[in-house]
Amino acid sequence: MLSLIARRLVWALPLLLVVSALSFVLVSLVPGDPARAILGPDASQAQYLLLRRQLGLDQPLYLQYYDWLRGVVHGNLGISLFTGEPVTTILNQRLGVSLTLIAAALLVAAVAGVALGTLSAVRGGRLGRAVDAVAMLGLAVPSFWLALLLIAVFAVGVPLFPATGWVPFSTSPAGWLHALVLPVATLAFSALTIIVVQTRDAMLDVLSRDFIQVLRANGFPARSILLRHALRNAAIPVVTVLGIIFIGLLTATVLVETVFALPGLGSQAVEAATQHDLPVIQGEVLYFTVIVVLVNLLTDVAYGLLDPRVRVR
Amino acid sequence: MSSTARAQSGRWRQLRQPAAAAALAWLALVLTGAVFASLLAPDNPAAADLNSVLAGPSAHHLLGTDALGYDVLSRLMYGGQTALIGVAEAVAVCLLVGVPLGLAAGYLGGWPDRVISRVSDLVLAIPAVIVLLVVVSIFASNQTAAMLMFGLLGAPVMMRITRASTLTVRGEQFIDAAWVSGLSQLRILRSHVLPRILSTVIVQISLFAPVALLMECTLCFLGLGPAPPQPSWGGAVYDASQVIQRDPWLLVPSGLVIAATILAFGIVGNALRDTSVAAWSPTQLSPKTKTKTKTKTKTKPKTQPAPGPDAGAAPGLLRLDGLTIEIPSRSGAAVTVVQDVSFSIGPGESVGVVGESSCGKTMTARGILGLLPGAGRVAAGRCWFDGQELTSLTPRQLNAVRGRKIGFVAQEPMVSLDPTGTVGGLIAEAVRHHRGGSRQQAHNRAIELLASVRLPEPAAVARRYPHQLSGGMAQRAAIALALAGDPALLIADEPTTALDVTVQDGILGLLHELRRERGLSILLISHDWGVVTDVCDRIVVMYAGQVVEQGSTEELFARPRHPYTEGLLAANPHLAQAQATLATIRGTVPAPAHWPAGCHFHPRCPYATQQCGQEAVPLVTAGPDSMSRCLHIDRVGTAGGRYAS
Repeated sequence: MLSLIARRLVWALPLLLVVSALSFVLVSLVPGDPARAILGPDASQAQYLLLRRQLGLDQPLYLQYYDWLRGVVHGNLGISLFTGEPVTTILNQRLGVSLTLIAAALLVAAVAGVALGTLSAVRGGRLGRAVDAVAMLGLAVPSFWLALLLIAVFAVGVPLFPATGWVPFSTSPAGWLHALVLPVATLAFSALTIIVVQTRDAMLDVLSRDFIQVLRANGFPARSILLRHALRNAAIPVVTVLGIIFIGLLTATVLVETVFALPGLGSQAVEAATQHDLPVIQGEVLYFTVIVVLVNLLTDVAYGLLDPRVRVR
Repeated sequence: MSSTARAQSGRWRQLRQPAAAAALAWLALVLTGAVFASLLAPDNPAAADLNSVLAGPSAHHLLGTDALGYDVLSRLMYGGQTALIGVAEAVAVCLLVGVPLGLAAGYLGGWPDRVISRVSDLVLAIPAVIVLLVVVSIFASNQTAAMLMFGLLGAPVMMRITRASTLTVRGEQFIDAAWVSGLSQLRILRSHVLPRILSTVIVQISLFAPVALLMECTLCFLGLGPAPPQPSWGGAVYDASQVIQRDPWLLVPSGLVIAATILAFGIVGNALRDTSVAAWSPTQLSPKTKTKTKTKTKTKPKTQPAPGPDAGAAPGLLRLDGLTIEIPSRSGAAVTVVQDVSFSIGPGESVGVVGESSCGKTMTARGILGLLPGAGRVAAGRCWFDGQELTSLTPRQLNAVRGRKIGFVAQEPMVSLDPTGTVGGLIAEAVRHHRGGSRQQAHNRAIELLASVRLPEPAAVARRYPHQLSGGMAQRAAIALALAGDPALLIADEPTTALDVTVQDGILGLLHELRRERGLSILLISHDWGVVTDVCDRIVVMYAGQVVEQGSTEELFARPRHPYTEGLLAANPHLAQAQATLATIRGTVPAPAHWPAGCHFHPRCPYATQQCGQEAVPLVTAGPDSMSRCLHIDRVGTAGGRYAS
């Protein structure tokens, strides 16, 4: 298990290099010139050239990338072209918001999804269909639309929760929780379907296996067969999917943070992309990539813990 | 657990059909509306009518108008074009890239697996949404580029899921068997692996297509789709959000169209999956369903119940009395699979049930345990065990019998233990459930049990997982599990069939010893004479759902009193004389729905007369310790070489 983690981490380094280089190239293709954008249309050619040199934009791309890498090693991701703040400062402030949102949504979706999926697999019938219908809605309702509906109903119609904005936990724990409810509900609902469907399918598959018959034939209590043996086997595909869902939620935060005006990584990414704030976009890519690598690692570890056949290899 | 996967998926199929039809109809409607928008749309989508802004639904504007006076319905129809094309592009790329790579990685393993997995990790680690934002900026508002990229970014998920299920199938022994038997790799992939993973791929498409649609709408909602005033679904939601307080109605048509289309994709995907799952899902044991089967009881046992308790048997520990089992067929009619089965097992006695496949041996065992598949039920007869009548017990009472009074050992040792837990943990759980005690006591008892099935180093075996055991060791562990509740009767269903010949003897020897040491009664189901003669005092021969002969092992061998027994003995390679041609019984066992009238065996019987096909034949006493279901008992054995081919 430790060697698995070690191998994964060693692999993560070239991965980060390649992904950041790729994104560096991609981002450089974005039409528009940051120097021009910062200065506005009225600046002189001399000012423009000076700024380009200051930003390192006059150098070939690989040198720009090399400079950036050198900075990364020293924990320096450059300075935002717009606010002049260090990129790490900006992104670290926003990291917590996004992670809080994702973790809360994942927790809510996993607990509800596994419970509903198991219920649907075991009971079937009318209850199963009701579960399926709710789960299906999670996939069908676009999160931006759901966000708007929730705002319309619970913020505008009945003002129970704030429509937009973020309250830091240190400022007011109650306000923090209050502000979290609608965005987390939106995110969790979108993640619910996949968990329910995968749980149900995995449970149906496991329940049809021979060892379940043997456990029944030898008088194991139904509760233990279901909750201990079937669920533990069914958890293997579900956990794989949880990792994928985490990454999906990372993507979804872009939209949800934008709609709810939350200061997270996602809304910052949209902002930076529209402003051509290159250092910030590069930083975003790095942060997103590191998060994804870590989540994949955690998924693998969980997979190994659950499935002994994988663990030994 | 009150219902089974199979029964449930059957029900699902029926009840879902209207939903699937409605979903298909909706998709067809959306498709028609989008493709023929120029013919069908009531209005020009780009014709702003500033005189009727934010008008509600009317005869002229069926879904009303938006803030610029555009006809909402027309804009949704034109917007559907871009949406559906975008989905098709993404799904195609995702499938074409993800499935072949997943198959290759899961099936080939080794370096192809490593390379593909690494590259897919790499792609997964690319922040999809940023890439899409960048792509949309590079190819200004070019949706095709964005959706193709989205399909590519979705491919690793498809690849992973394909790989995971390929690995599962690959790990099963039949693939090795196919490989050993010389099938080409591509052939194995196509005919053994692909069908098994198909349902997983379909589920993944049914999950990915709506996600692609969602992404298309999301880009449009963020203003990154086709430039306004070109119509799009996501753009329509954005327009509505700008006037949410003045005209909340506007949020409804666009949002509902998106939601309904995504929902329809999902429902169709589910319906597809259910059919593909049902096509290969194995039958499943389940507690007797409480729900009444709607089937008409068409086939009643026509034969007379066997005359009283059978001849010469010890007062039964287990006594079956006219047990008849019915299983509803696909069409819903009940089919009798076990008919009027009576025999008994005394304390410490060992009885073998012999017959070809699908003669009802296993079904009889399941009937005793109350674990009939699907909506199967005991239609008639009684099953007495130690003074209790099992068929009338509640599921809870029956569960208390299983394990504590009757233990069960299945055919395939490698798949009959929970793969995710240690052998010791599983047995200890059974011990604690049946006998109580602390964790430590249960653990110690588990090791004792493993030692009692003659496993060397029982403490080490207890720490292992099932996949770390050989077939013979796993079967010993499975027997230890069945003994955890200290049962009086052990039902072993073909316990040696899946094992190597050298290992078989060890298992049979173990059953012998267990019987002697514990006074255990054994019901051994097998198609192999060698196995039953080794272990059993008495033998019950079953054919096409009925007991056709029973008697002591010596008597049965010395003088078979049913033509089927005679044929089976003649066809047995263990008993055949060297160099003699092995006899065969012509024909095959008929399926339960096609049992012939009269004697079930008469179409295959060398002694058959016209009379045999007319009336049901009763089981009668045929000798001092023998019963037979034959009209020509006296002639059996006179045919001599008739079975020889």
